[in-house]
Amino acid sequence: MIPAPFEYVAASSVGHALDLLAESGDEAKLLAGGHSLLPMMKLRLAAPSVLIDIGRIPELAGVRADGDELVIGAATCHADVAGSDLVRSQAPLLAHAASQVGDPQIRHRGTIGGSLAHADPAADLPMALAALGGVTVITGPGGTRTVAAGEFFTGFFETVLEPDEVLTAVRVPRAPDAAWGYQKFVRRANDWAIVGVAATGGRIALANMGPVPLRARAAEQALAEGAGPAEAAALAAEGTEPVDDIHAGRAYRQHLARVLTRRALEHRVG
Amino acid sequence: MQVKLTVNGQARSDDVEPRLLLVHYLRERCGLRAANVGCDTTSCGACTVLLNGRSVKSCTVLTVQAAGQDVTTAEGLAGDGEMHPVQATFRAEHGLQCGFCTPGIVMAAVGLLAENPHPTESEVRSGLEGNFCRCTGYHNIVRAVLAAADANPEIAP
Amino acid sequence: MSILGTRVLRTEDPRFLTTGGVYTEDVVDERLAGACHVHFVRSPVAHARLRSVDVSAALAAPGVVAAFTAADLAELPARKPPIPPLVSEHMPQPLLARDVVRYVGEPVAVVVTEDPYQGEDAAELVDADYDPLPPVINPVAAARGEPAVLFAEAGTNICASFGDAAQLDAGLFDGCEAVVSAVIVNQRVAPAPMETRAAAAAWAGDGRLTAWIPNQGAQETRDAVAAMLGLDAAAVRVITPDVGGAFGAKFGADAEHAVVCWVARRLGRPARWTETRSENLVAMTHGRAQIQTVTIGGGRDGTIAAYRLEILQDSGAYPTAYGPVLPGLTIMMAPGPYAFPKTEAVARSVVTNTTPVGAYRGAGRPEATAAVERAIDLFAVEIGVDPAEVRRKNLLPRFTEPHTTAFGAVYDSGDYPAALAAALDAAGYAGLRAEQARRRAAGDPVQLGIGLACYVEITGGGDGGDAGPAENATVEVHADGTATVLTGTSPHGQGHETAWAMLVSDELGVPVEKVTVKWGDTDLIPEGGGTGGSRSLQQGGAAVQQASRELLEVARQRAAEGLEASAADLVFDRERSAFAVAGDPDAAVPLTALAAAERLFVRAVFTAPGPTFPFGTHVAVAEVDTETGRVVLRRVVTVDDAGTVLNPLLAEGQRHGGIAQGAAQAFCEEVLYDADGNPLTSTFADYPFLSATEVPSFELADMATPTSYNPLGAKGIGEAGSIGATPAVQNSIIDALAHLGVRHIDLPASPQRVWQAVRAAKENA
Repeated sequence: MIPAPFEYVAASSVGHALDLLAESGDEAKLLAGGHSLLPMMKLRLAAPSVLIDIGRIPELAGVRADGDELVIGAATCHADVAGSDLVRSQAPLLAHAASQVGDPQIRHRGTIGGSLAHADPAADLPMALAALGGVTVITGPGGTRTVAAGEFFTGFFETVLEPDEVLTAVRVPRAPDAAWGYQKFVRRANDWAIVGVAATGGRIALANMGPVPLRARAAEQALAEGAGPAEAAALAAEGTEPVDDIHAGRAYRQHLARVLTRRALEHRVG
Repeated sequence: MQVKLTVNGQARSDDVEPRLLLVHYLRERCGLRAANVGCDTTSCGACTVLLNGRSVKSCTVLTVQAAGQDVTTAEGLAGDGEMHPVQATFRAEHGLQCGFCTPGIVMAAVGLLAENPHPTESEVRSGLEGNFCRCTGYHNIVRAVLAAADANPEIAP
Repeated sequence: MSILGTRVLRTEDPRFLTTGGVYTEDVVDERLAGACHVHFVRSPVAHARLRSVDVSAALAAPGVVAAFTAADLAELPARKPPIPPLVSEHMPQPLLARDVVRYVGEPVAVVVTEDPYQGEDAAELVDADYDPLPPVINPVAAARGEPAVLFAEAGTNICASFGDAAQLDAGLFDGCEAVVSAVIVNQRVAPAPMETRAAAAAWAGDGRLTAWIPNQGAQETRDAVAAMLGLDAAAVRVITPDVGGAFGAKFGADAEHAVVCWVARRLGRPARWTETRSENLVAMTHGRAQIQTVTIGGGRDGTIAAYRLEILQDSGAYPTAYGPVLPGLTIMMAPGPYAFPKTEAVARSVVTNTTPVGAYRGAGRPEATAAVERAIDLFAVEIGVDPAEVRRKNLLPRFTEPHTTAFGAVYDSGDYPAALAAALDAAGYAGLRAEQARRRAAGDPVQLGIGLACYVEITGGGDGGDAGPAENATVEVHADGTATVLTGTSPHGQGHETAWAMLVSDELGVPVEKVTVKWGDTDLIPEGGGTGGSRSLQQGGAAVQQASRELLEVARQRAAEGLEASAADLVFDRERSAFAVAGDPDAAVPLTALAAAERLFVRAVFTAPGPTFPFGTHVAVAEVDTETGRVVLRRVVTVDDAGTVLNPLLAEGQRHGGIAQGAAQAFCEEVLYDADGNPLTSTFADYPFLSATEVPSFELADMATPTSYNPLGAKGIGEAGSIGATPAVQNSIIDALAHLGVRHIDLPASPQRVWQAVRAAKENA
């Protein structure tokens, strides 16, 4: 119900945050909205001894256009991503994905960076980033690097982020005219997806079909070769080995992936 | 550590543990016990308050994260002995029974109407997806929020 | 113009809305100053020998005042079931586990800290040594004593039996043209009131205990706490703060409540406890959990000749809550509103290594309705007759004199065919069937289903002994024009403050807002039946009205003396709350004047001739996505006839809440365990608690068939919604898929279950 004790320090800049991380080593976690980390800490599934709050560093929030990309600060909350005119017009799939996270209160606090760093394969934003072909911008002691969505997620709740690095921004292509489809299958409104599908620009990303957001490569290939939605979607679950849990067994998940992919492709917007 | 924030318009300065959840700060340190704790997975919304005018689940905000910010609780909604319009419609529509979820759901509704002053029934229901009620079946809660929207063109938090 | 029957807004509401209710965790009282905080350590395994519990590390943790295990509580007796010998007395439940743990969540130790946050830290340091035993999770296996017997002293896992399966008539269905049998599950659910359990305890120098505990009847809670602590009831005072919902799971007291009180006495300082939701979902009693075998047979014309119900009740690890005896109510209500010529029902209750099962909104009666309504639909599909028609053919016709069933239930009044007709009409049944047909013909992937449930249920039952179920009320009028009611009921959202004030106001002319209603303090109200089983208005309200009427007669006599007139010549003017001589309104004696001269109050006990039987019909309309299995509940239309309605606002609220919980059981909620007895739904993230997006607004049709059992004409309404909605919604989902060959889907009809049913039907086609 309540976290184990920890120390707290608010970082005033990314540089400050990097210094603090260097001091604390493995003992520290970054805190932005706290709506992935704090729930884990409250159940004592995580117990960092230091929290470094990057939630109010000005350079980490906000959306701007940069050439043919949108740059979204990692500490931008889901409600602000969903409500941003820039995101809605230039990367509407991302705005929609952000509007689907949890519930309104969660969206007022949870951030895009926090959600990506948490790397829950059932979550909306990892899947959206994969579908958009977005990249993460990571700053560490050695400088800044970008990592594409496909490489960023390495396993179940695992990313390439090193303990001494900060995810500072997300970049997605500007594609105002690209059709996009989004299907999130839930039992109850504010649940994580039992299965999710996001499709745009020839990419099809799946949520909760594996330890990371997966690309439905066989289905994408079929689409590229001119197959229609139903034909392509029939291949959506190829190569997936989703878990059995209380909501769905493997066969059902794979079936949902096919159905939802077809619907995402058939009901594309834009 | 020392934290300064404003609660229902009153400036406060308190010494708190970093792990002190905002909901417990409000209840125990400020004596504002309308917000309740109903779960431990950020699911039920009984702890909902406004943070800088936006609805948040105060069980998943550290008090220290609210430093320098404005918190509004259900106790801070009413002014001069008059109930806030949303509180009034909750009464008029019998939108509460045991009352445990009520302060949180009222705050969520206030937050909802601030962002969407004229929601449809469907938008009210999805706008309240972060708040659980066991007693009312949500039926009269939805009526109350719709009634508040109709009656007040611009509802301020 | 009487205020009764009008939509009076709740007098309770302003404080709930502006400052919030004062629940047990909110209570600020000088008697609790300096309280320490109690945190329970609970078993993480379902079945194990508890070899040792080492609290030494915990004792050294910051802020820890004390830590206790079963050894410290050795002088306290283990709990026995509430209704021996009906339930086995050889399955005692210690307050803290001793030697064996029998369910995940069973309390094993307590740590006591200065600050509540420290409790969780210290609890992690308690080191308990568990030696696993085979977990008994499946009730069917449990009944055979497999894989283990939980209580060696009992020698069996069967903790209660009702009827004898060996006595069932093998020829019950002889001559039936069609017979259908099915095993159906009425799944385990969590009551999950928004307020979890809590307690605060303080002992006075005179050895008396004051305990603040959220409950459904302070008197039963007092008696339960006293029994667990080995005290006389007189030594215990229970005070009931605002209660954040109960739904049957806050009757009496649990081990934890008693342990908190014991800690306070042991440490010589007040103690407080509030459980977390994760604890609540594994340690508050669960509901339902029956496996039912239904067999139904009759003619191809739809006339049912016989119905049999066999029940296996999962009682959880200890039979100390109401779970084991609920099948008795299920059996009593097995035939429901139907005129089956022959009905048989038997039941057994077993213990398993799971959370104990207790009462949950409806407590045994929803299970009866769910079983017979499922059976009727199975029969209807078997013979190819419309399910509404089958019901119509078999409902008991309207009756105005009490009707005694084969199971000994005396239905007081009822018009079941009218309820069915009214619900079908309100739902637009013919139009719905037409829409369903259209979608079937079109092969629409989203199909429409219409589900029905006709129910009758028992309310206000209770052990009033030979006299009948009863409740007391004291009404007093004060010199300042206010009035006070002391009631033996125990509201936790039902609005008794308003309802009882309406009754007083109607009789005595005191304005509703000037009536204060008190309950839940056993020093103030030592006797009372609490609130549960939908008894409060028909017994508690009737008592308030009776006390008010008797008070008026006392006042009349005093006024007559004062006016030197004969009582018969006096007229009571409600508007002015005053007596006057007929024809001489100016010489009036207000009740306030009488109260000023001498205290004006009456305590009355209302005794009902017996329980009453509200009834109704629910019609549910569901859309089922045949590709994904997802269900969208589109409409729930209900007739819930609970006799004369005192306050339609409150009655509707009870119906709404019941319908939502009933619907939740049908397609959303379930408590799950893995094969080792580990709970899989122990947080609100995993337990699919119903939210506002899963249900529509409900459509309530009105019908009121009064009862003669109390002057209010009222039956109980609190549980009706949950009784009708579960089978109506379940039937609607199956009905949507009937044309594909789907005959049954167990509760809850989760998307995966629905999809599996569709797939299986396609493979069988």
